[in-house]
Amino acid sequence: MNRGVIHVDESPIPLERWRRYLPNWLKRYLPVRGGRAEDHHGKAIFGFTVFLLSESIVFLSFIFTYVGLRLTHSENWLPPGISGPELSNFVIINTIVLLSSSFVIQPAENALKHHRLNKFRWLWLMTICMGTYFLIGQGIEWSNLDFGLSTGLVGSTFYVLTGFHGLHVLTGVILQITMLVRSFRRGNYEKGHFGVSATTLFWHFVDIVWVFLFSLLYIWQA
Amino acid sequence: MTHDSSENITEDREPQNESENNWRRYFSFSTDHKVIGVQYMVTTFIFFLIGGLLAMLIRAELITPQSNVLDRPLYNGLFTLHGTIMIFLWIIPFNAGISNYLVPLMLGARDMAFPLLNAISFWILPPSGILLISSFLLPNGTAQSGWWSYPPISLQIPPGQPINGEFIWIVSIVLIGISSIMGAVNFVTTIFWMRAPGMTFFRMPVFVWSVLSAQLLQLINLPSLTGALILLLFDLSFGTQFFKPLENGDPIIYQHLFWFYSHPAVYIMALPAFGIFAEVLPAFSRNPLFGYRSLAVASLGIAVVSIFVWVHHMFTSATPSWMRILFMFTSMLVAVPTGVKAFGWTATVWKSKLHLETPMLFAMGGAAMFLLGGVTGVMLAAVPFDIHVHNTYFVVGHFHYIVFNTITMAIFAAIYYWFPKITGRMYAEGWGKVHFWLTFIGANLTFFPMLPLGLQGMVRRISSYDPRYQGWNVIASLGGFLLGVSILPFIANMIGSLLYGQRAVNNPWHATGLEWQTTSPPPRDNFEEIPVVKRPPYDYGDPKYSVIEPSDYHQGEK
Repeated sequence: MNRGVIHVDESPIPLERWRRYLPNWLKRYLPVRGGRAEDHHGKAIFGFTVFLLSESIVFLSFIFTYVGLRLTHSENWLPPGISGPELSNFVIINTIVLLSSSFVIQPAENALKHHRLNKFRWLWLMTICMGTYFLIGQGIEWSNLDFGLSTGLVGSTFYVLTGFHGLHVLTGVILQITMLVRSFRRGNYEKGHFGVSATTLFWHFVDIVWVFLFSLLYIWQA
Repeated sequence: MTHDSSENITEDREPQNESENNWRRYFSFSTDHKVIGVQYMVTTFIFFLIGGLLAMLIRAELITPQSNVLDRPLYNGLFTLHGTIMIFLWIIPFNAGISNYLVPLMLGARDMAFPLLNAISFWILPPSGILLISSFLLPNGTAQSGWWSYPPISLQIPPGQPINGEFIWIVSIVLIGISSIMGAVNFVTTIFWMRAPGMTFFRMPVFVWSVLSAQLLQLINLPSLTGALILLLFDLSFGTQFFKPLENGDPIIYQHLFWFYSHPAVYIMALPAFGIFAEVLPAFSRNPLFGYRSLAVASLGIAVVSIFVWVHHMFTSATPSWMRILFMFTSMLVAVPTGVKAFGWTATVWKSKLHLETPMLFAMGGAAMFLLGGVTGVMLAAVPFDIHVHNTYFVVGHFHYIVFNTITMAIFAAIYYWFPKITGRMYAEGWGKVHFWLTFIGANLTFFPMLPLGLQGMVRRISSYDPRYQGWNVIASLGGFLLGVSILPFIANMIGSLLYGQRAVNNPWHATGLEWQTTSPPPRDNFEEIPVVKRPPYDYGDPKYSVIEPSDYHQGEK
């Protein structure tokens, strides 16, 4: 499977590189001096990061609505006979799987940067499985809840927030499958590279958003 | 400042250019930023005409105190769509169009950063606009709750109608918002990555600074409107209760999310207009732009401050007093960078020999009218005054002084100023001046009476009023019809000059911007070779940087 791929660096990533990850990233992807129009990869990653910035504002507007409603309606938040979303072991495991997938997808991207295509494919497949596990888990959780979309404020906020996040997880998984399929085509390396980096960024973004949603929806009990 | 015309220019241009400038490509899915820019500008101008027609219907209704021309639901629908079209389908996308055309040329780039994305963001716009206007055909008419669509009014729809005007309104505004966000990603990336060698941040024209500030606002604030509208759509159609007061929801949260975008939207509209003033005023007064750096930074300053002012629209919405005071302070703070801008324009034309061509007339007219619009804005930022005139015609007069008398005048200045560059033809100067004077007089006749009307207490969004308000209303309506007529010489001038106008040279105004260093119209890749920038952007009259135009060589040889 590794035919035609040049091996540049086989060694594992040293700690020093991780520590300098953010400064290097900023140096590469924020061209204050300009005149780098030919760096197509850097340009595209910059654009995608800017897009994620505005995407996070959509989530922030939902979270603002949630917090605002929750603070002003703390006593009649739950309609009678409804317990709200529960912090069960099932949800915790689901969260752990989603969050740890960030630590699988980043080595996958790094493996591709170092032209280790096989390692990339295995780790990438593992991320897809973890994302799919989360989606299925959330579907099971939704079907077991005792409230619906129009059951008071708790239903409105819970389903819209988790649903919008779930839509992003689904998009991420579809992107990952696309990149995996693309990696089996010949001569795909240069073309697939931006897609892989962008998908990785997107996946980190989805995970970070989940940290906030999880703390707000499950841990913040009235 | 003469309109040079040289037949040599047409012969010099490469033949492929002539075939590429075929009119058909303006109807195709092109990825050329210049074609997309023109597509944006022409499409939004058609929407401007539709929005203007709606405005004239509103003024026709208001000429008499009784409600006799239109029935009330239709009147509500008219002012809702008038506001929506003028904001979301005229000024904001027109600015996207002119920025699309100019920013790569001004930066010395071959194209935008993501040409395909650019084309897609344009092609979302016409279908969403047509969708929005088509809601007039629905049995219950279009959305009737104003362009801000406050719940619970916007949730009061006749039962059993899944597809209603409000639903269509939300869907089309979300689509237009997606188009704007894609455009903003493209602009910000272009300005950061596509600058020519030597084009540092402080060699960018102020227009580019303004576009950067405005598009950063689009990125940071527009998603909050999208989020609010998604929640409103869920309330309207899927039974959620975010904004329904009867079911524990909170409509005030919608107002917060809405104004978090829609107040900065004013600066998204105004900043490119300020940028246009900064291009036109130096060129026609042959002076370097006064205080270039402070004007550039002031653009960013306006953007930053404007993120923190949204509550001044909600002084009467049960806002606690400490919050009112806080937001009164931040709202008045906007006047500081804005004042820097106005001071810079004044100092640029100070003691210079003015060349009063049409673009300069529009720029000076717009900048002068901004004084009245800006001062009434500071008045409205003061809590006691705002509570007094809240929801009256004073507010309507104030923002029309900004959006029409300042921004739309700046847009006309831009159209006349860059017309030779875009089309390769000169416009007819005499008709341009006729257009300016009709517009200037018509606009002031229309919008000035609204200020005294508001102070006397006439409430907005009504189709019938107390007879004592009729005098000023008749003046405003006549002014409105004059404004409608004033657009006719403009259209005739544009079409006539496009077909039969004199050939334009590359740099008819002897301006210093990079966009004037290429041919008119520019070739497919903008520049024959990417220029290396070694000069500040506005070095009019500085002998150190004086350049001789290629077109001047031709003149000399003849």
